[in-house]
Amino acid sequence: RGRACGGLVAVVSPCTSKLVTSIQLFLFFCLSDVSCNSVAQKIYVELNNTVPCVRLLNATHQIGCQSSISGDTGVIHVLESEADLEWPLSKGPNPPYMVLLESSLFTKSIMMKMKNASSRVAGVVVVQKTSPPEFSPHTTCPNENTGVYTETYDHNLAHCNTTVWNPRGNGLSYEEFDSPVFSLKEDNETEVIKQCYFDHNRVVNGSGLQYPLCAMQLFSHMHAVTDTATCMRRSSMDFSTSPVMVCDPLGGYNVCAFIRPYNSTAFGHKENESVVILDSRAFFLEDSTGAEGSVSGFVTLLAAAQALREATQEAPPTRNILFAFFHGEVFDYIGSSRMVYDMKNNMFVIDLDNVHSILEIGQVAVRSGTNLFLHSDPVSRRNNTVHDEVTNLVKNLQSSTAGLNFSLVETDFSQPLPPSSFQRLLRARAIPGIVLADHQTDINNRYYESFYDNAAHLNLTYPSNLSPEEQLEFVTDTAKSLTEVATAVARALFKQAGGNNSQVNKINADPKTVTQMLYGFLVRSNNSWFQAVMAPELKDILQPNPPQYYVGVAKSSHQANALTYLVQYLLANLTGTATNLTQSQCKKPDELPNESTYLYSYLWVQGVVPPNSTQRESFCVRTAVRLVKAVSPAFDLGDYISKEYSTWTKSQWKFIKARIFLVASRDLEMLTLGVGVAVLFTSLLVTYFVRTKADVLFSSVREPNNAAY
Amino acid sequence: MTASVFFGCTFIAFGPAIALFLFTIARDPLRVIFLIAGAFFWLCSLLLSSLVWFITVQISNKESSSQQKGLLIFGVVLSVLLQETCRFGYYKLLKKANEGLLMLSAEETMPISIRQLAYVSGLGFGFMSGAFSMVNILADSVGPGTIGIHGDSQHYFLSSAFMTMAIVLLHMFWGVVFFDSCEKQHWWSLAVVVISHLLVSCLTFQNPQYVGSLVPTYIIVFLLGLWAFFCSGGSLRNLKLCLTCKDKDFLLANHRPR
Repeated sequence: RGRACGGLVAVVSPCTSKLVTSIQLFLFFCLSDVSCNSVAQKIYVELNNTVPCVRLLNATHQIGCQSSISGDTGVIHVLESEADLEWPLSKGPNPPYMVLLESSLFTKSIMMKMKNASSRVAGVVVVQKTSPPEFSPHTTCPNENTGVYTETYDHNLAHCNTTVWNPRGNGLSYEEFDSPVFSLKEDNETEVIKQCYFDHNRVVNGSGLQYPLCAMQLFSHMHAVTDTATCMRRSSMDFSTSPVMVCDPLGGYNVCAFIRPYNSTAFGHKENESVVILDSRAFFLEDSTGAEGSVSGFVTLLAAAQALREATQEAPPTRNILFAFFHGEVFDYIGSSRMVYDMKNNMFVIDLDNVHSILEIGQVAVRSGTNLFLHSDPVSRRNNTVHDEVTNLVKNLQSSTAGLNFSLVETDFSQPLPPSSFQRLLRARAIPGIVLADHQTDINNRYYESFYDNAAHLNLTYPSNLSPEEQLEFVTDTAKSLTEVATAVARALFKQAGGNNSQVNKINADPKTVTQMLYGFLVRSNNSWFQAVMAPELKDILQPNPPQYYVGVAKSSHQANALTYLVQYLLANLTGTATNLTQSQCKKPDELPNESTYLYSYLWVQGVVPPNSTQRESFCVRTAVRLVKAVSPAFDLGDYISKEYSTWTKSQWKFIKARIFLVASRDLEMLTLGVGVAVLFTSLLVTYFVRTKADVLFSSVREPNNAAY
Repeated sequence: MTASVFFGCTFIAFGPAIALFLFTIARDPLRVIFLIAGAFFWLCSLLLSSLVWFITVQISNKESSSQQKGLLIFGVVLSVLLQETCRFGYYKLLKKANEGLLMLSAEETMPISIRQLAYVSGLGFGFMSGAFSMVNILADSVGPGTIGIHGDSQHYFLSSAFMTMAIVLLHMFWGVVFFDSCEKQHWWSLAVVVISHLLVSCLTFQNPQYVGSLVPTYIIVFLLGLWAFFCSGGSLRNLKLCLTCKDKDFLLANHRPR
């Protein structure tokens, strides 16, 4: 609000203005375009780049953190070591405390101690600094109840009895905290906080802490409680036309593409069609780039799809191939369970009978040696047909590594599948399939589902003298190894789909594409190649940092998150064909004789900027890539306590913010109140006295001829 | 800072004003009306000075700090002069209104004397001035934080409250003295009122050395209070009589029939 201010009252209202801080003067200075709450600006410093921990709910629990409705305030304490926890937990004289700790101290034992002392600890702020040697906040057995290994399937393999896949997991993400937990990057704001702490909160030897103390307040109140069923019931109780939702189901879109597209409106079984599925997971968690966890897998898949394009167009194989990118797999397999559900209920273009075999690319970037491993399911292989098919697939895969620098080794026969989307398909039908991974037993990823699983974890290093565009083109070693994996996968898939063996050696993945994708997904999404493949209206999702990876909520409008669009457009670019259509024709291609929106989707993309001009050469891509809605079937069925499907929802909130300020001592506050009450009483008494004696006090007013003196 | 600071500062700043209103003005509707009209006149002066301030700030050079400081001093002086002008305008209006009221009413004497009007209008000015000074600060004092993270003094809320109390009382005293000197055509005492107003406003440039601004201000409050007391008919003799409780005898003595 803009307001001009008069001068007399300059005495009491300070204003901020950068020029005045040097003068010891309070200027009353309100510009019409500056929010003029200058007193608040003198008190609070707002923190803008915070990432809060939010509340998630499923059928039985709530996890995550929340603050009280008017925020949680605590005196800042910077934790230096685990022993230093004594201060906020018991010794410190000014509870409650807001504990600031570095990421190396963000361990389960410290967090649980603080959780138990919630009366003295108002909240936790984690500053992301150097990576610890290992850290995984996920559970030790990811998705143990929604995979295929249940008690009924095989008692010995259930609940990770034979192999614990994530032994480093501490389960921190699945704990419930009553106090807010925020995460900050190491930047200017963190410096301000630390400076405030050092100025005001440090104990000087011997003397106690002097007020005023530096404090922080965190707001992250969540509306939903208890579990999904409760919050869905509360959401639907509002009978107005626009119901107020208290929580939103997690979900997004799966990206699917067939080599030979089907009519997208014809659902159900396709006679005589056999499909090989190649898929990868998108295991994403908030603020985690999932470099090894997911990016390695889907980048390899994209490269394999590109490698297959030429060969499948020249000599189409007998069987069709489906490239599938499943979204939200970390939350009990949202994407893959949705696809299986659609297939079973004739809501997808093929059904489970059409699926011939499955190859899944798991985590493939962190090798310990030169081998990659092929995991299969021992229980379904007890059936001979399945066993033969799997052996055939293994043979195809192993023969595809000829001439490459690695080899594929089968894992131990009795070992179950690692957590993968293939498990959901197995749960529905015993389909032959293989999961390709870089680990033989437990996973190699030391930072599974944490924010340290980033470019540095994959050793993505670029020489320092390169500009961003040169870094984009630079082929790293990681890119080279992933390219080889993609080549092997593409060749194996071609053979598996019944392609002509003589064409196999021409199938090669392109290392330049792989390294550009790795750069775009892990370092900087706003680069020239990503700009060229995106649609003009979506170019704003490209940022100078890696794209946001959190599985968002499934919005009712057709809006996917940044990652989904990137994968969709990249797959379109790598497997589709450029056409000559104009922009208006691209929107309505059905009017043209040879084009059909039943089979293909038409995307208008920006294209590159030619060297001598500034205009982009946009064009229309005809592609078989489709987005398929990926929301857990539990929400369609209304079964919010489902044990079969994912029931994860995310709570809604009003606002989330953090700020720091100084707090005064209780004594000063009480003194102020006391003085105020005293002034009020005194003035009441004096006024009463003056009023009753007013005749006398002001009697000189009387006209002289009325007085008798 | 918290609710206790909020209430403490409210009571400090507006305690005398509330007490005066409750005991002397609230029962008489005519006085209430004139109080509110006085407040309105102060608002008019604020509007005019704000307008001038806004325009001069927009056309000034925002980067030059000396220019901004000079602009602030100019703003303060202008605002004080405008307030006193509005007070004078209100005085003129009241004189005219009084004549009209006398014609309309059935009684022979004026329902409200000019002296009472002076007091009421001064208090009205004081209320409005105090409200504009203090309300914004009170709203921020409810939050958990106190001033100081950027290095400013911690005693901001308390000193603002005391200053506001001084201003409220001062406006009341100025009202009394101003109207009295206008009645008696003592233009020099009018000048003293304006000069003391300017002096108090300029003392605030001492902030954040609150002692340097508050102590002289309270000295001026005391002095002006004495002057207003004498202007409105008080004398040391009356005061002594009241305080030693001999007032009843005095009244009886005065009403002895002749």
